[in-house]
Amino acid sequence: MLLASPGQLISVSDVASDPQVSAMIDEARAYPQNFGRAEEIYLMKPDLVLVGEYSRTQAAEMLERLGVPVLRLPFARSMEDVAEGIRLLGQALGRAAEAEAMAADFEARLATLRAEVRSNPRAALYSANGYTTGRLSLSGQILLAAGFSNVADEAGIPIGGNLPMERLVMAEPDLLITAAPYPGASRSEDVLRHPAVQAMRAAQTSKMISSNDWVCGTPYVLRAIETLAGERRALDAQDRAGEAGQ
Amino acid sequence: MRLLFIILILLVAGLFVAGLTVGPADTGFTEALAALVNGGDGPLPLVMREIRLPRALLAVMVGAGLGLSGAALQGYLRNPLAEPGLIGVSNAAALGAVVVIHAGLVASGTLALPFAALGGALIGVFLVLALAGAQGGSLTLILAGIAISALAGALTSLVLNLSPNPFAASEIVFWMMGSLADRSIVHVGLLLPFVLVGGAMILSLARGLDALTLGEDAAETMGYSLTRLRLVLVIGVAAIVGGATAVAGAIGFVGLVVPHILRPFVGAQPSRLLWASALGGAVMLQMADILVRVILPERDLKLGVVTAIVGAPLFLHLIVKTRRESGGGLA
Repeated sequence: MLLASPGQLISVSDVASDPQVSAMIDEARAYPQNFGRAEEIYLMKPDLVLVGEYSRTQAAEMLERLGVPVLRLPFARSMEDVAEGIRLLGQALGRAAEAEAMAADFEARLATLRAEVRSNPRAALYSANGYTTGRLSLSGQILLAAGFSNVADEAGIPIGGNLPMERLVMAEPDLLITAAPYPGASRSEDVLRHPAVQAMRAAQTSKMISSNDWVCGTPYVLRAIETLAGERRALDAQDRAGEAGQ
Repeated sequence: MRLLFIILILLVAGLFVAGLTVGPADTGFTEALAALVNGGDGPLPLVMREIRLPRALLAVMVGAGLGLSGAALQGYLRNPLAEPGLIGVSNAAALGAVVVIHAGLVASGTLALPFAALGGALIGVFLVLALAGAQGGSLTLILAGIAISALAGALTSLVLNLSPNPFAASEIVFWMMGSLADRSIVHVGLLLPFVLVGGAMILSLARGLDALTLGEDAAETMGYSLTRLRLVLVIGVAAIVGGATAVAGAIGFVGLVVPHILRPFVGAQPSRLLWASALGGAVMLQMADILVRVILPERDLKLGVVTAIVGAPLFLHLIVKTRRESGGGLA
C-alpha cells in the first residue's frame, strides 16, 4: 500500500484490516478485501500476487499452477531485511526509484535512532503463554535498535520461546513490554494479569505495550523504535535523578 | 493403619517443600524458603509467594479433592473403575467453565467460573448416574462415561474454536489435560471453599458408605437414606471436581490410581479409604507437578499426561481383573 501507484493494487487481504497486527487499517479500507483463498484471487485476474513467505502456501502454489505470477516476500527478521524487502517490492511493482527513496529514508532514520544510544537498559518482551522473542526476531531487532538489551538473549532464547514466569521475575528487567490482549477471553493471556507480573509492572513507571507497528517489516517499525527510544530516555533520566539524589 | 497415615502426611509435607524449591529459576534451597517466610525486597520473595506457593497449594488441594472424589464414587457405586475423569465429570466441568469464560460472562478469576464448572460437573454426575444407575454394572458405567466425556470434550473444542481470540483454540489441551502452570493466589482463594465444602460433604458420608458395603437393603435397615446419601455425594463430588477443573483443567486418573493403591492398606473400608485417598491424591498430584517441571521445564507439559501414563495401564489391569471376577463379561 505504501509503494504502489494509484490503481496498481487491486485487493488486500483481510489481515490488513485487523487492528491487532496491521499498522494500516485505515488505508486498507480503501481496497477490496480478500481472504487469501486461491479461487477468489484467481477470479480477480491479477498480474501479480504478493504473499508472505510462510503464509497461504497452498493457495500460492495453486495460483502458480494456474499461471498467475506469485512473488513471495521474505519474512523480515532484521532491520536490513526491512530495507531489502522494500527494494524487492519496488522492483516487482516497477517502482524501483520510489522504493529506493523509501529504503534510503528508512536507513537514514534508523541510523539516527541508533546513533543516539548511550546506555543499554534491559527490557523483556512478554506475551500470551509466557512467549518471548529474542535477538533473531523482528521485535528483538526493534528492541536492539532502540538501545535496549533483551532479557530473552540472557535466558538463551535466540529467536522465540517460552520464558517461565519465575525466570522473568528473577531477571528484573528495567522495562517489561507486553502484547495488547486480543478480543475475547483466553487463559493464555491470563499470565499478563498474574499478580507477579502486575507487581513488576507496578514497580516500573512505564506500561509499555507492543502494537501493530511491531508486527511487519515495513517502515512503521521506525515508529515502534521511536516510542521505545523515548522510554529509554525516560529511564536514563530516572537513573540520573537517582544518582543525583544520592 | 496409623502408620499409613503418618507416612502419607510426611509425604505430603515433604513434597510440598520440594514443590516450593523446584522450578525453572535457579534458587538455593534455604534462600528460597527464607524468602518465602521473611519476604523482603527483590525478585525472589515475589517468585516464592506469588508463583511457587500458589502452585504448591493448588497441587495439594486439587490432588486431595480428586483422590477423595474417586474414593467416594467407587464406594457408592461399589465399582473400582468409577473416577471423575473417566466417567466424564471433569470434562463436563471443563465445558461449564469454558462456556462462561467465552460467553464473556467472567474475566477468569471470579467466582462465576468455579460455579459454572460446578454446574457442568453436576450435570455430568447426574447424567452418568442416571444412565448407569446405582445398580448398573461396570460396562454401562464406563460406556455412559465415554459418551459424556466425548460430548463434553467436543462441545468444549467447539466453543474454543468459535472464540475470536487466537489463543483460545490452543487451550483445548489445557482443558483436556490440566496444568497448574502460572496460576496465582487468586485461584487458591477460588478453589479453597469448593474443596472444603465438597470435602466435608463427602466425609460426612463415611459411615453410610461403610454400611453400603453390606448391600443397599442392609444400609437402609441401618437407617441410612440412600437418596440423601446419593444427593450429598453428587453435590460434594461436583463441588470438588468443578472447583478443581475451573482452576487446573481436567486431570484424569488421580481418583482411580490412588484409591486402588491404598485400598489393601485400609482393609477395603470406605470410611478409612476416603481419608487415605485424600492424602494419597495430594501426594500423587504433587509428584506429577514436580515431574512436569523437572522433565520439560520450558514447555508446560500437562499434568494429565503424567497421570494418564501412570493411570491408564492400571485402568486396563482393573478391567481385566473385573472381567475375571465377574466370570468373563464386564456387565
